[in-house]
Amino acid sequence: MSAKSIKERMSGNEAVAYAIRQVEPDVIPAFPITPSTEIPQMVSTFIANGQMNTDFIPVESEHSAMSAAIGAEAAGARTMTATSSVGLALMWEELLLAASNRLPIVLTLVNRTLSGPININCAHSDGMGARDTGWIQIYSENNQEAYDNYIQAFPIAEDPSVHLPVMICQDGFITSHAVQNIELLDDASVKEFVGSYDPEEYLLNPGNPVSVGPYSVSNYAMEAKKAQADAMVRAKDAILKTGERFGKLSGRSYGLFEEYRTADADYIMVIMGSAAGTAREAVDELREEGVKAGVLKLRVFRPFPEDEIAKALSACRAVAIMDRCESYNGHGGPLAQEIPAALFRNRVSVETVSYVYGLAGRDFRVEEVRSVFQDLQDLSENGKTIEQFQYIGLRKKQE
Amino acid sequence: MSEHSLKNMMEKPERLTPGHRMCAGCGATVAVRAVLRALKEEDHAVIGNATGCLEVSSFMYPYTAWKDSYIHNTFENAGATLSGVETAYRVLKRKGKLGEKDTYKFITFGGDGGTYDIGFQSLSGAMERGHDMVYVCYDNGAYMNTGIQRSSATPMFADTTTTPVGKNSDGKVQCRKDLASILASHNIPYVAQTTFTRDFKDIHRKAERAIYTEGPAFLNVMAPCPRGWRYDMSDLMEICRLAVETCYWPLFEVRNGKWSLSYEPKKKLPIEDFLRLQGRFRHLFKPGNEYLIEQFQKTVDERWENLQFLCSKM
Amino acid sequence: MRTDISNINEQSPYEDLTEGLKLFAGGTAEQFNTGEWRTNTPVFIADQCKQCLLCCPVCPDGAIPVKDGKRLAFDYDHCKGCGICMKVCPFDAIIMKEGIKP
Repeated sequence: MSAKSIKERMSGNEAVAYAIRQVEPDVIPAFPITPSTEIPQMVSTFIANGQMNTDFIPVESEHSAMSAAIGAEAAGARTMTATSSVGLALMWEELLLAASNRLPIVLTLVNRTLSGPININCAHSDGMGARDTGWIQIYSENNQEAYDNYIQAFPIAEDPSVHLPVMICQDGFITSHAVQNIELLDDASVKEFVGSYDPEEYLLNPGNPVSVGPYSVSNYAMEAKKAQADAMVRAKDAILKTGERFGKLSGRSYGLFEEYRTADADYIMVIMGSAAGTAREAVDELREEGVKAGVLKLRVFRPFPEDEIAKALSACRAVAIMDRCESYNGHGGPLAQEIPAALFRNRVSVETVSYVYGLAGRDFRVEEVRSVFQDLQDLSENGKTIEQFQYIGLRKKQE
Repeated sequence: MSEHSLKNMMEKPERLTPGHRMCAGCGATVAVRAVLRALKEEDHAVIGNATGCLEVSSFMYPYTAWKDSYIHNTFENAGATLSGVETAYRVLKRKGKLGEKDTYKFITFGGDGGTYDIGFQSLSGAMERGHDMVYVCYDNGAYMNTGIQRSSATPMFADTTTTPVGKNSDGKVQCRKDLASILASHNIPYVAQTTFTRDFKDIHRKAERAIYTEGPAFLNVMAPCPRGWRYDMSDLMEICRLAVETCYWPLFEVRNGKWSLSYEPKKKLPIEDFLRLQGRFRHLFKPGNEYLIEQFQKTVDERWENLQFLCSKM
Repeated sequence: MRTDISNINEQSPYEDLTEGLKLFAGGTAEQFNTGEWRTNTPVFIADQCKQCLLCCPVCPDGAIPVKDGKRLAFDYDHCKGCGICMKVCPFDAIIMKEGIKP
């Protein structure tokens, strides 16, 4: 560990804003939306107080935020933005362009449920809605991870073998507004870790004009998409390399996902974001009671670590797949599609049950985690039929 | 501008190369060439472009007609996109990543669809924020790229594919939106309306002012579309002349809030002269439809009087 | 890395296309022939021309090159034959001929 560690107490938004000041991107276009609003507010204050050398563009919408980010990044400036929920939805078209133009923009997403009804609390429906836009997506459990992931985002995005935008996600209010302990790095270490941004080709390079955003006939368009998809595959290495290097700097290493007591587990819960802490607490209780439970906390959702997940789940008896997002397909959220597909393609035959939990900030409690593990036990040991797709914590009429 | 100046103007290296795929006789690239000629040779530029005919025809991979750096993003965000580029320029300059002599100018082109309609918010935002850039609308009065659908820039009674003339329809019902006035209401340093005049003096001077006035500037350039307007494509300059002489398309500018007419016809021609050459207005000339032309004339007169009033106040 | 478009064509493997289909070059469209589109062709009668240059800015294709203050012959690789130049010429120095050939 080479960086100076600074112990602090901060909310997730404060932690990300602190990291933004340390990274000091060139351009930040942003439009406020709850619960990410604090980030552009705090950044504006840093700029107003001369604490960072960055231009903030107070755009008139999230669509324009991402549009301006694309312009600035293509021009050769390190660029980021922040948003939540419908703000991300309004950016959707531009998310595609940021990725297809191979621009290493960083977006910090404070996850909030998509409308309607309008609600300001946490769900992953915003990030999940953008899952096929070509962005690398990294989910954080707490303020510490939000901070660490943000700093790692730039080396991943700007890796010459990648050149893709990165979305760093944290749970709205639960993480973004709750004050927790955190270990920060010193400014110089962060700056050195991230390095300067010196792209090879960019719009503002005198004598070397660049044209960005062509019309492409069919003979090129499909090929371009495959090249972009290859970059996403290569991103996995860049993420691992960066996670390891960050570990050397901070003492906190990062991989594609984090396994908790899974080595000998019969039952594993796959979950993303802040609820992983609740899951771990339940697992500890169950372990005390002799139930071999474990948690797989997914960090990197794009690129999807299909083979690695299948391997991690291959020795257990049953898996609970937890989605903080509804897909309206009748049988589960996005994880409930991708994980069984990963298992199937890797010839891993494990029972799975899909759950939707925590929509619009609905509490997700230790007892509920326990009941999920009870389902897995009933299915596997007690021969009971378990409903394959369930909502947790939903009020419904008793039959 | 003298003959000599036209020579000077035309001797400048072209910044839009031939080989683009715009239709024969298209007004849009005439506008682009004219605007780019106002750039000083030693200045670099980044050109922005909203999706539209110009974009799909001027940068069809791997052929770009742009000698300067160029960015097309999507349809409705040319203003916001270029505002990001311009901000990057200021930051990189401040941080010493660009030489002191490396001057860039920022010019974005959009059709009336990308400017009056879907890109209106993005344009308004970019202008209000004060970015040092020029937004040029090449106004051909309909969504030509998708096949001549009405826009808010389409003149009343025009026959378009979404306002077709029929038993129960005389074409578009509404009048054109006056975008130049709306942009003037943003209190930006420079707004002008122009088109192609014989010597190209008007558009050249206005483009020069727009590019070299610090802060946001907006140019509305009428750029006829022979396909959409249904006139003989060789008649481009005659159409433009009649648009100006009938006061359908007055030439004016608004500098720091001061309105001024750039040209006043000695004898204002009747609007029929402008309408007659165009297939999209053919139905107006059917017996019994005289009242429609009268209505059109009334609108032109009202707008012209209002413009004269705004310009005389100064 | 600057782009040489002679290495890119519609049969190129995907690995050979530029990143994000960005083009690291300017003005490559000049290599594309639009002269083939012509159905009518302008013909320059040099003797009649007074070098007023009124025909030069009206060309949508920049197909009337100017050098040393004088217009040169038409660039037939790019001229699409719209005839705008012919209409603005005050001296009948441009006539339109049917067909693609001058």
